[in-house]
Amino acid sequence: MTTQMFGAPIRRREDPRLVTGGGRYLDDLGRGALAAAFVRSPHAHAKVVDIDVTDALDVDGLVAIYTHEDLPGRVGEPLPLLIPHPTLTHGRTQYALAKDEVNHVGEPVVMVVARDRYLAEDACARIRVDYQPLPPVVGLEAARTGDLLVHEDVPGNVAAHMLQEVGDVEAALAASPHVLDLDLAIERSACMPLEGKGVYARWDADRDELRIYSSTQTSTGVRAAVAAKLGMPLAKVECIAPDVGGGFGVKINHPWPEEVLVPWVAKTLGTEVKWVEDRREHFISSAHERGQLQQVRVGFDDDGRLLALDVRFWHDNGAYTPYGIIVPIITSTQLLGPYKPGAYRCEFWSLYTNTVLVTPYRGAGRPQGCFAMERTMDAIADELGLDRTEVRARNFILPADMPYDHGLLFQDGRPLKYDSGDFPATLEKLKALVGWDDFAQYRMEAEAAGRRVGLGIGCYVEGTGVGPYEGGHIQVETSGRVNVSTGLTSQGQGHETAFAQVVAQELGVPIEDVFVTTGDTRRMPYAVGTFASRAAVMSGNAIALAARQVRAKALRIAADALEVAADDLEIVDGVVRVKGAPDTQMSLGTVSVMSNPLRYAFDEAAQAATQFAHGNDPDRPPVAEDDEPGLEGRDFYSPTQATFANGMHAAIVETDPVTAEIRILRYCVVHDCGPMINPMIVEGQVHGGVAQGVGGALYERMVYDESGQLLNASFMDFLMPYASEVPHIETDHLETPSPLNPLGIKGAGEAGCIPVSAVIASAISDAEGFAITSMPISPVELWELRRRHEAGEIPSLRNHDATTRKPR
Amino acid sequence: MKPAPFVHHAPRTVEEAVEVLARVGHDGKVLAGGQSLIPILNMRLASPAHLVDVNAVSGLDDLTVTADAVRVGALVRHARLEHDQVVYGASPLLRRVVRHVAHPVIRNRGTTVGSIVHADPAGEMPAVLALTGGVVEVASARGAREIPCHDFFLGPMETALEPDELAVGVRFPLFGATTGTAFAERARRHGDYALAGVAAAVAVEDGVVSSARLSFVSVTDVPGILDVTEACRGQAPGEIDWSACDDLVREHLAPEDDIHATAEYRAMLATQLAHLVLAEAATDAVAAQGDSAA
Repeated sequence: MTTQMFGAPIRRREDPRLVTGGGRYLDDLGRGALAAAFVRSPHAHAKVVDIDVTDALDVDGLVAIYTHEDLPGRVGEPLPLLIPHPTLTHGRTQYALAKDEVNHVGEPVVMVVARDRYLAEDACARIRVDYQPLPPVVGLEAARTGDLLVHEDVPGNVAAHMLQEVGDVEAALAASPHVLDLDLAIERSACMPLEGKGVYARWDADRDELRIYSSTQTSTGVRAAVAAKLGMPLAKVECIAPDVGGGFGVKINHPWPEEVLVPWVAKTLGTEVKWVEDRREHFISSAHERGQLQQVRVGFDDDGRLLALDVRFWHDNGAYTPYGIIVPIITSTQLLGPYKPGAYRCEFWSLYTNTVLVTPYRGAGRPQGCFAMERTMDAIADELGLDRTEVRARNFILPADMPYDHGLLFQDGRPLKYDSGDFPATLEKLKALVGWDDFAQYRMEAEAAGRRVGLGIGCYVEGTGVGPYEGGHIQVETSGRVNVSTGLTSQGQGHETAFAQVVAQELGVPIEDVFVTTGDTRRMPYAVGTFASRAAVMSGNAIALAARQVRAKALRIAADALEVAADDLEIVDGVVRVKGAPDTQMSLGTVSVMSNPLRYAFDEAAQAATQFAHGNDPDRPPVAEDDEPGLEGRDFYSPTQATFANGMHAAIVETDPVTAEIRILRYCVVHDCGPMINPMIVEGQVHGGVAQGVGGALYERMVYDESGQLLNASFMDFLMPYASEVPHIETDHLETPSPLNPLGIKGAGEAGCIPVSAVIASAISDAEGFAITSMPISPVELWELRRRHEAGEIPSLRNHDATTRKPR
Repeated sequence: MKPAPFVHHAPRTVEEAVEVLARVGHDGKVLAGGQSLIPILNMRLASPAHLVDVNAVSGLDDLTVTADAVRVGALVRHARLEHDQVVYGASPLLRRVVRHVAHPVIRNRGTTVGSIVHADPAGEMPAVLALTGGVVEVASARGAREIPCHDFFLGPMETALEPDELAVGVRFPLFGATTGTAFAERARRHGDYALAGVAAAVAVEDGVVSSARLSFVSVTDVPGILDVTEACRGQAPGEIDWSACDDLVREHLAPEDDIHATAEYRAMLATQLAHLVLAEAATDAVAAQGDSAA
């Protein structure tokens, strides 16, 4: 019997290895390698005047010191701008080592190579860099005024200015019976993978070859970038992503300065060199995200239906723009969520600041967009005295409207066109799960006991599985072992399990026989990377297509050998057999033997494929003209557009009437990513996303002072939530298939974190009776807001008593 | 995040340890649990030339309960203090407090004496030493001495310990049978440094409060005792309005702004927590007397 593997909640096969210390992360490799360390800028904005390395030369074990002027050719040129865009008129990227100017604290200035990391850091401590400080631009307010500039040739600090409009917003606003304005803000946070970045490069002088290990989300990307920078043939560079301890987006940006410098040094010195990022470096030299200021003007009718939505926002892109303006583009498009906006206009400015650069972090601009839209929905409900779910339902795109084209361009440069989803059904499930209609009663009882509670909601749509493509390769060995490879990388998502489930299902083999390799350019040189909730959609479908090829070939060979029609065959548990006559059969391993005509019999099984074995047709070549030896399949999946997952979250929070401490009592998620390959993995992804969302909503922020110093660059002061801060998460699922891909699946990786700030803000507003407009929020901030509310500086909600207060 | 070079000393006896300390003086630092010191070294916030690692010194890991005190040797880990049943029987307060010191993995390694010597105003154990009127036992090549806690804490991260001295143990005196205790703190995340914390010892005799004392975490420069008896003396525990202590509490506090909370918020929190722990300690006192009567 072949077990149903697609959809089975089986345990992750990689976990025993990863949770018992059997993982091999970047720093587990290259024990004998030289170590690199960096002198990084202590200034947010300064000219580099002079670098004096004299004192460092005495350090025992020192191998080399490099500054920008030592970097040859393209190594010394600015890093690539990975995703250009016509509106990114003033894109800027950094040098691998600062040339004349530094633009954030933490920018690398000098590289030291030594026998070990301790000695390298000793040498770093002795290098003196003279800076001429320049006034820094810190925070969006300072960037927006444009009084001070980050890059002197970028007026107003504007990297990009983009506007998309569908319909006539001015006219629609003028005709709207109701118009509201909202001013909103979202703080910075960051991916914070437990394993930071890291690069280990080995030069093979005998073969003039470079092997790079990088803790990356794209090994093909790093390989291509390094080959280009070093002027090497691609055939002489290979890149492998070993076990990677989390990415969440920061490792999709590439090449990082160290990803160029470490391979270059390995080649230059003809040896092996390693750099492993420490936590402080990760805080000040990697990437952050989320920081935006937003203005929403919304027009709606008496029923709460949107007539016009006019959004302007200012996006903090940090000091450089290597990843283009993907994050604000996603905000501006995914903001719309499950709603029909009426006329829609979205204008944004992506601004430079003298702070760590901004690249996508799980959710990638969506949490900000969701916050803007959902705060707007709550405001409409309050203005009209309607239930918050009712206002949302009235604005939903309905199943009959699918596919629904918003008339905008998405992050992949293709139309923002929803393919699937049943938003009313999702909302009904959520209301049932959280007990929406019973909350008023619950609140009444809680308030009678002196407690203060609130209910919040947030809805989102997530474009997942963007192209351009991914590939899958499958090879069946004569033992029946099935080798699967795909080029995108894994950072803990459970790919070894989920992709194996797809192959076991498609091919009809036991999952124990399936072995998955990811992120190794030696095994699959064509790939894009792991981001945008795309691995299951892209590689899952490519692998399924490859498995279908293998299956067709296996049936053809077996049909020939068993002298039956291929249509009469099935593959069950790794055995090809005649339907209804299972004794007429041969194993896939035997099919593999027969697929590869042999001259030499190296074992008993191989004898069947040698030249004097029976079944040789003297009139046909051993391998037919349109065939290849081996039982293999290779295929690619390249979609015309993204597929759109969706979900809705609700939370009940309690706020302490005296101390303003905030506690999440319940957190409910309904999620629709289509058919689930492995529901346990999907739930794990949702849980992890919610945990990061809770961090962004209640704990995490990047505290920069006026001079651009990051004051909380450690896990002591950057409050990533522990398990003790993350509530129990209740989940339910809807499985609306996507019509766009063979498996009908949609991405699930980022979903959990998207609406959390919106949901918590909604719930706290509901508990307190005034609108929360800035996230994250801490107890002390809520305490201050209460005082301002009591002083009349913050208006009360108009209809706080009207909706979820009155028991029905 | 690698420390600057240092010489590692691994003495086997207190005599050897203090001999090394006498030699290296201001350039030396004592390493016990290392839960505060190692991160400081890794971030190169301090670069002592000598580390005097006392982990192999014999005779420093005694945890003993005498008739009038709990004595904690310099190598006793927080976790041991937390789990020791005899200690709990003699002084429930110690377990109640030490559970708030960071997380289990840190308590497995970190030492109570180390935490007291570190003298972080955000440390819980210095506040308990203050509330109990404890003593630090000190050795040096010049001889042994004892420093009462009110002389020991001089300022934030600053103590009366001389560079050549090694704290070999501390004694937490026991309260009498009429005294109950309680502790509470609030942190942004479970196990973080507290925004504010308060320990209380309340004595109840003949059904009324005879003494009430507090000490604080994270809201004073130096751990000390605040006696609030005058606000509640002679009242029955169930009938006390503890807010009568608020003025005394506010006057005692010296909270500061930081990135996690304002001074004003911390003061409010400490005041609220004071109400909580005073009430709990009074209840504890009454309950303990009920137990002994039974």
